[in-house]
Amino acid sequence: MRAFLAALALSVAAQVAHAADMPAGASSCSGCHAESAQAQSPVPPLAGRDPAKLVAAMRAFRSGERPATVMDRIAKGYSDEETAAIAAWFGAQARR
Amino acid sequence: MQRREFIGGASAALALSRTAIAQTAAKIVVVGGGFAGATAARFLRRANPSLDVTLVEPNASFVACPFSNEVLVGLRDLDAQRFGYDAVRADGVAVATQAATAIDASLRRVTLADGTVLPYDRLVLAPGIDIAWNALPGYDEAASQRMPHAWKAGEQTLLLRRQLEAMKDGGLVVISAPANPFRCPPGPYERASLIAWYLKTKKPRSKLIVLDAKDQFSKQRLFTAAWKDLYPGLLEWVPLSQGGKVNSVDPAANTLVTDFATHKADVANVIPPQRAGRIAEIAGVSDRTGWCPVDPVTFESRLQPNIHVIGDAAIMGAMPKSAFAANAQAKICAAAIATLLRGATPAEAKPINTCYSLVAPDYGISIAGVYRVVGGQLTDVEGAGGISPADAPPQTRALEATYAEAWFRTITGEVFL
Repeated sequence: MRAFLAALALSVAAQVAHAADMPAGASSCSGCHAESAQAQSPVPPLAGRDPAKLVAAMRAFRSGERPATVMDRIAKGYSDEETAAIAAWFGAQARR
Repeated sequence: MQRREFIGGASAALALSRTAIAQTAAKIVVVGGGFAGATAARFLRRANPSLDVTLVEPNASFVACPFSNEVLVGLRDLDAQRFGYDAVRADGVAVATQAATAIDASLRRVTLADGTVLPYDRLVLAPGIDIAWNALPGYDEAASQRMPHAWKAGEQTLLLRRQLEAMKDGGLVVISAPANPFRCPPGPYERASLIAWYLKTKKPRSKLIVLDAKDQFSKQRLFTAAWKDLYPGLLEWVPLSQGGKVNSVDPAANTLVTDFATHKADVANVIPPQRAGRIAEIAGVSDRTGWCPVDPVTFESRLQPNIHVIGDAAIMGAMPKSAFAANAQAKICAAAIATLLRGATPAEAKPINTCYSLVAPDYGISIAGVYRVVGGQLTDVEGAGGISPADAPPQTRALEATYAEAWFRTITGEVFL
């Protein structure tokens, strides 16, 4: 019985892992970065991208090294550590 | 001793299994099918596919406000603003095409116009705004047929468009802008810009006056610089400190009255004072301001447990009333509810707002903000966010106009398609 309940609890936990593990900030990105690679947008999707490259891009936006319209202003709101967590989360998402 | 332990163990197991059952069959009702509500319904199902989610929305389709200023001046059809709920249904959300008429927060149930009663474990209210009729003396629902607000997209948008089209060259358009807070802070100024563009293009002897109940507004530096460049002599903005506040309107005469003048308009667009949608008051989640204070982590009401409020109706600090913010809040709220239902504590989110405005069809500007929780409110992260550069070249303005349209396609895709 206990094993069954533990398994049930685990399966419930597994089901909710997707959103629950979303780090601070990540939920806002899809407002502009479409989840679907088919979306008609000049803004690139983030799912499945190399986390190291996303972190580097955010750092370049923050320093002004990489030109931007709005990402420079947004990148300044996140530390390297926060960006790494967001990038790791997107890196683990399947492209839709 | 042994027996007590056994009983304790049994009841603990029973409690655990009840919790597990409650988790798998938890009922969530979402009231309001706009950017906030439709997003919340879909992301609740994604967060936990076993959740029983019902979206309550009286309209069979949604008409989006962002880009409706383009509809006003003939740059876009209203149909491009209309979205149905098929994709929401396809995610396993039950859609009740009904108005919610009553909410019992203690019994946790919602009553619909047809008498259906929906029990809930958690309720998400996303009612958007209601016009505060008569808060501006003379401006009631009947007055909006003569002096459209067009602050809820749909028939009102088309009415104002027809009035602009019917106006003679040399006419006077007057916009009345409200005090804070209200839906879409840069919206009145984008509207003024695009109407000025329309007049300059089609009826160049006409004039536009913006009567404002404020001295400061969103993206002000960028708007005023662009107005000086693009619409000199055509667009006049009258701030509060120069008598811009409209004290009353008279729909029969089409006049707007300030401390110093009575403006007789050919076309009058009254953007009136607003408050949270009526169901918020019925549920007991709005306060004296007319808005709904919420926790910035879970978006749970400060006034009623188990009821969350997201989007334009909610207040939680610096995050503005925008479609982007509504969508971001909905995703955070959905994840928080899924977390709460499995007995865990939701982590603090650090949301973003991004909002584009068009000053002309190929001239876009933006404002962005990043927010964090400080003292129970969402507060601007210092050094982040802000508006487009003042000295940007035309290519940057054109790029931001392109990004504005891309944003609309992306966000409406995520919420409705």
